[in-house]
Amino acid sequence: MALNFANNNSLSAITTKPSGLSGGAMTLLSTQTASSSSTISFTSGIDDTYDEYVFKFYDIHPATNRATFQFQADTGTNTSYNITATTTYFQSYHKENDGSAALGYNDSHDDAQSTSFLNLTVQNSNNNDSCASGTLHIFNPSSSVFVKHFIGNFNHMYEESGGDEYSWENFKAGYFNTTTALTRFQFKYSSGNIDSGVIKLYGIS
Amino acid sequence: MALVKYNNNSISAVTSAASIPSGAMTHIKTLTASDSSSLRFVHGSADVDFSSYPIYVFKFYNIHGSTDGEYTFGFQGSIDAGSNYNVAITSTMIQSYHGESDSGGALIYYTGGDQAQGTSVQLLNAGGTGGDNDQSCSGELWLFNPSSDTFVKHFMAVTNISQDNDNSNNCYTAGYFNTTSDIDAMSFEPGRVSVSTVFQTGTIKMYGIKDS
Repeated sequence: MALNFANNNSLSAITTKPSGLSGGAMTLLSTQTASSSSTISFTSGIDDTYDEYVFKFYDIHPATNRATFQFQADTGTNTSYNITATTTYFQSYHKENDGSAALGYNDSHDDAQSTSFLNLTVQNSNNNDSCASGTLHIFNPSSSVFVKHFIGNFNHMYEESGGDEYSWENFKAGYFNTTTALTRFQFKYSSGNIDSGVIKLYGIS
Repeated sequence: MALVKYNNNSISAVTSAASIPSGAMTHIKTLTASDSSSLRFVHGSADVDFSSYPIYVFKFYNIHGSTDGEYTFGFQGSIDAGSNYNVAITSTMIQSYHGESDSGGALIYYTGGDQAQGTSVQLLNAGGTGGDNDQSCSGELWLFNPSSDTFVKHFMAVTNISQDNDNSNNCYTAGYFNTTSDIDAMSFEPGRVSVSTVFQTGTIKMYGIKDS
């Protein structure tokens, strides 16, 4: 065996870290970047390795004005993305012209045993500088015992039909009402493509 | 000195490397319920540390109680290493809920879950947690600078539960321990209990968040 000498500045070929070194509890699993994408799907890496998975959303921008950003889940290698879910949705908003500001529940965006895609951010402006950013937590998706809770929190630029814009915070939570392991998640707009944006998936150990 | 040889793919004998980034979120301790009346993290016990990080995060996974709708999941802090869990709390709670039957659908301030200098268990969810086999509570709690000797100790939490009446119930809780003493232990236990309840199953993980 050839003798390996350590370079004190770089150990570039190391593939296994020592057990005594912590890599941190939040592990980046994958990143997907939208480019006029009809959907973005995460179909691997979601299993019983982690108790919690976290999606981070950076500057998600719609191609179509006033489209709603949504997600769903599926099991195994299925691609229907239609798991039954019951959810809540509430919002706080403030208009750019200071014309209105409020906090309230919005039953247009909750779900009762629905298999449809679930709304995360509503009526997104597609102005060049508008986007949505936020976080979605999925708790214990591989459980064979419990329903699968999730909690999402986003801020985006909302555009009403007259064209006025708002800072709009979205509070979405609920559960997928299944005891089958969830293995994949898909994100899309209610109409049109995801023009641009980045979604990162992390595991919490 | 003995010659130390290394395998270029595994440096398994290394136990410390001061300058290598290891991530800002560090796992400290995991407790798993098994018919437990409480799950407690006590400074100095079993690797638990409430003084090394400016922020601590507790993650709750599928906390499942022994009764149906007779309790809510909650917590209290201690300033005497777990001898007592009764620190004065002033807090707020909002909840949104919606039924599987499309009943409800509302956002309210929940006065049953806030405290005004109270020393009771601080609730983390408003409705009674369901006892069906597939029902539970998941979420997280952030505790800020518990070792400060100057400031009160703020906390913020969010949970989602499958409620006993088959509602999805989402709660945001925030407040502060009104003390300038160290918070050096945290107890998670059933709150607003109307009949004896234990946590049959569930996991709570404690993390520290580095500031440098």
